[in-house]
Amino acid sequence: MEIARPYVAAFSARFLLMLQYRAAAIAGFLTQCWWGAIKIMVYAAFYRASSPSTHPAMTLAQVATYTWLNQGLLALMPWGCDPEVALAMRTGVVMYDRLRPVDAYAYWYARAAAFMTSRALPRAILMVLVTGVGMRLLGFRELSWAPPPNAAQSALFVLSLVLMVSLSSAFMMLLNIGVVVTLNDRWVSQSMNPLLVVLSGSLVPLALYPDWAQRALFVQPFAGVVDIPFRIYSGNLAGVPAYQGLALQLFWTVVLVLVGRMWMEHVMRRLEVQGG
Amino acid sequence: MPQIIVERLAKSYFVSERQAGALGALKGLIRRRRRRIDALADVSFSLERGELLGFIGPNGAGKSTTIKILSGILRPDAGRVEVDGLVPYEDRIRHVARIGVVFGQRTQLWWDLPVIDGFDLLRDIYRVDRAQYARSRDELVAMLRLDRLLDQPVRQLSLGQRMRAEIAAALLHSPSILFLDEPTIGLDAPSKLAVREFVKRLNRERGVTVLLTTHDMHDIDALAERVIVIGHGRVLADGTFDSLRAQIAAENPDEIDESPLAIEEVIARFYHLHGATEA
Repeated sequence: MEIARPYVAAFSARFLLMLQYRAAAIAGFLTQCWWGAIKIMVYAAFYRASSPSTHPAMTLAQVATYTWLNQGLLALMPWGCDPEVALAMRTGVVMYDRLRPVDAYAYWYARAAAFMTSRALPRAILMVLVTGVGMRLLGFRELSWAPPPNAAQSALFVLSLVLMVSLSSAFMMLLNIGVVVTLNDRWVSQSMNPLLVVLSGSLVPLALYPDWAQRALFVQPFAGVVDIPFRIYSGNLAGVPAYQGLALQLFWTVVLVLVGRMWMEHVMRRLEVQGG
Repeated sequence: MPQIIVERLAKSYFVSERQAGALGALKGLIRRRRRRIDALADVSFSLERGELLGFIGPNGAGKSTTIKILSGILRPDAGRVEVDGLVPYEDRIRHVARIGVVFGQRTQLWWDLPVIDGFDLLRDIYRVDRAQYARSRDELVAMLRLDRLLDQPVRQLSLGQRMRAEIAAALLHSPSILFLDEPTIGLDAPSKLAVREFVKRLNRERGVTVLLTTHDMHDIDALAERVIVIGHGRVLADGTFDSLRAQIAAENPDEIDESPLAIEEVIARFYHLHGATEA
């Protein structure tokens, strides 16, 4: 594993450092509980008000689990560029990244993946404890974070989760490179968020959109960072559609990594580090 | 054959300009003005293995730009660079594995990590063999007196302490070339002396080729046998410090040489003589 050594080291150093931020994790967790609870109450009202003859694409229990998963793993979505890259660009420390004998894309990619997973881990554990274990003990079974229906779905979900992180990191890399081009870390890195919120299924699960939109929503890249893995988890996406979902996640990861690599290569050729 | 060859290097970049005030800002919305700055116009020199070269010149003369090109960060517009047979910006990854670089104004260590964790991370990034790493780390720690700093986060170090740690960080992978861009900037006298002493030993005892830029002429006096003066992106002089002094003396034959000019005075006059002071 000598080839992977620098990237594994960069990943674990960042991961361990980010885990130290306990206060941020707790604050994030509380906000996410609050939002999750509001969303689930709204869904519950809709489901109870609709006539029993309508057959929604997801059951209320599936929507609840989907929502808690989304809230617990919110940090695995590409909400902006890697703050470390933004800082390096502002201060010129990016020069030192260019001095490391490593593949520049993979080096940043590993750090982006570490940034996202290290933030997600403590929040997800707290979320499982409270909305999985706690809510069930209190009797809110239908609205709690339920375990996957069977071992097969669990295995597919693990695979899908890995692809979700890979795809999210590839998205984050595009934002990172955008920041290198424009030297603007705020507006550029957040420019993707409206698309991300709607098209990932974070706002409303994609399965609940109208039938005519379903095919297009399923094949677009954002579905792979929320909708596909979480519907696999709850068993809403099983059998052939689940495999198709995994294939789409893989496909978009490869595409975004290739685009990102070419773009980065182009941008780094023109990089100017000024001053001092 | 020289270890570093630089031929007719040129590099320019553009700066955006805007008239001051609200009106200027509004004009800037419609029409941007860009001015071209020739950071390097025509720079050539070569460096043998084991040499220690001082690179001086006024602010904005092109010293840092030259170091950035030599270390593979920037691509020149014209000219040829070869370091140990490699073109830095064409063969970046192989090249940077063989060099060590310190930019005095920026930190390469991880702000929130203890110094030793940063060193360990660099070991893995440079894929240094563990036993070899332990050896060179211990040597550097002893030579730069870092033993009591290793467990401190970088953000808590003083500038002098940090600079010593930075220099060690640049040498953990035992490079044969070291580029130092203003390594003594802002340091107090003991720290400057420590840095100079270390660089001298590194060069004499290990044969590491050193190229350093500085504004502190005492660095040059203490370290470099050879000096290149750069101004307006051109090489104004390349030789010993004494030859610069001789040139200044020749320009002012009337001045009676009672006491030799202070080192800073020689350089200031030299810049002035070549019209090389910053705009």
